[in-house]
Amino acid sequence: MMVEKWIERALFACALFCSLCVTAVFGFLVYFSWPLFGDAQGLAVVFSWVWKPFMGRFGILSMVAGTFGLAVLALGIAYPLAIGVACFTHGLAPARIRNAALSLVYFMTSIPTVIYGFVSVFILVPLFRDHFERGTGFCLMASAITLAVLIVPTIVISLRAEMDQRSEEVSMAARSLGLTPAQELLWVLLPCSGRGLVIAAVLGFGRAVGDTLVALMVAGNAPVVPRSLLDSVRTLTAHIALVVATDSQDRSYYSIFAAGLMLFLIMACLTLVIRGLGRRFGQGKENHGSAA
Amino acid sequence: MSKLSLAAFIVFMGSFFVAGTVHGSELDRFAGLKGTIDIAGGTAHVPVMNDAAKNIMKFNPAIRITVAGGGTGVGVQKVGEGLVDIGNTGRALSDAEKNKYGLVSFPFAVDGVAVAVNPKNPVNELSSQQVMKIYSGEIVNWKDVGGADAAIHVFGRDEASGTREVFWEKLLKKGDVAQGVNIVASNGAMKVAIAQDPHAIGYLGIGHVSNDIKAIVIDKMTPTQENAKSGAYTVVRNLYMNTKGQPSALEKSFIDYIKGPEGAEIVKKSGYIPIPN
Repeated sequence: MMVEKWIERALFACALFCSLCVTAVFGFLVYFSWPLFGDAQGLAVVFSWVWKPFMGRFGILSMVAGTFGLAVLALGIAYPLAIGVACFTHGLAPARIRNAALSLVYFMTSIPTVIYGFVSVFILVPLFRDHFERGTGFCLMASAITLAVLIVPTIVISLRAEMDQRSEEVSMAARSLGLTPAQELLWVLLPCSGRGLVIAAVLGFGRAVGDTLVALMVAGNAPVVPRSLLDSVRTLTAHIALVVATDSQDRSYYSIFAAGLMLFLIMACLTLVIRGLGRRFGQGKENHGSAA
Repeated sequence: MSKLSLAAFIVFMGSFFVAGTVHGSELDRFAGLKGTIDIAGGTAHVPVMNDAAKNIMKFNPAIRITVAGGGTGVGVQKVGEGLVDIGNTGRALSDAEKNKYGLVSFPFAVDGVAVAVNPKNPVNELSSQQVMKIYSGEIVNWKDVGGADAAIHVFGRDEASGTREVFWEKLLKKGDVAQGVNIVASNGAMKVAIAQDPHAIGYLGIGHVSNDIKAIVIDKMTPTQENAKSGAYTVVRNLYMNTKGQPSALEKSFIDYIKGPEGAEIVKKSGYIPIPN
């Protein structure tokens, strides 16, 4: 009894510590970017479209556009691929190929981002530069493809976790109805995994928004709103990395706290979406959950 | 183990020994000294200061050296107010600054910036006017400056870069820079970008120029280490250490070390040109 109580307390302390850390990060971000929110003029300067720090223009909205553009594009490429991989490895593929594919996916999660960026700079970027007339090759499309490779494992793994769980519940019934594995997947398992499909997408999107190095190395970092897939973009994360070493007395320094706050809020919204979905889908399956 | 490999092994170990003794003589001036040196200021100086500090503190653990950035302005203020012992600046002090605080300056390196293109590019020479127009987005095709009919791919450096500062102040005369310029985060990344792209233009520290890229003659000035040192090439700045009044014995040793042969090696490694004593 005593031991159980102590374990409970220790776990509670861990949870408390984590939430305090997150709250503190948020607090610091607000505190440091407060000088901006203090006066309306500062706010207008930061929430504008032009970034020319040496001309007194500190707008970060182009970076917000760049972040979303890149993340949406990367998800658009990665999501169908990842669903394909998840389905293929879930019943369709022969065991040996399935295992090989899965270990590859797990292996991909452990490859450092900088490797992807590096390889892209030497392979993808020249490809885009030589085959299209426009731009330097450091562009939205090149970085979106790189980022897509990066987030595929995230999506596959989270989707498979959900599918495994659902499969336990439905596969007996599906098989007894005489469905082939492909039919089972298409008509039973995927429709049952609605929550998993959404959560996997949100997680992949979050990973794409949060990644710094791929954008920094491959996207070209020009602070403009992209008008073509071959234009360079700068993301919020890359912006912070580029500006963080400047003179800390400078106004451009405040802009990175605003950028950090923005990223924090985007991530917080994504988490809320996941939780909201979990609750909504969860209610219908309450008895399943408790049975498992 | 064969005789040959044994010989090789002895030579190998011997080289450590020789290197060790040379090492020692340069650092000998710190023997018996103790105390702390606090350094702050120009970001361009930080890698040089850090390497020197590491060597010195390893040689004599009784000496503690802290290195902070902050920029040239911060360097002047902090050393002037006595908050640090050495304040680094990327420019000569103004008379007002010298008089107000009684600062003494020690130049130790030249930071020169070269404009570079891909070796395949036929353009060898540009005027500073042309470079300004290329960076402001007025000239967008190589054929307008004597090259092939191809779009110019313009590369620049990040906001925190000292290289960017020199280039922008000395060559662009603080002129406008187009928003579409691609930004890379280091001299190394700049070299890769230019070496890969036949239509690229960019700029980097003269110490980083190699055969992969071609440094451009600007206004008839050839960007070489010698010209940067002699003043024949003007897209340069000196890097200074400054003390309030004459330096103390420990500070003096540090400054002499930076300006000595071993310090010169560190300066070169960071991509700058050493100014000897």
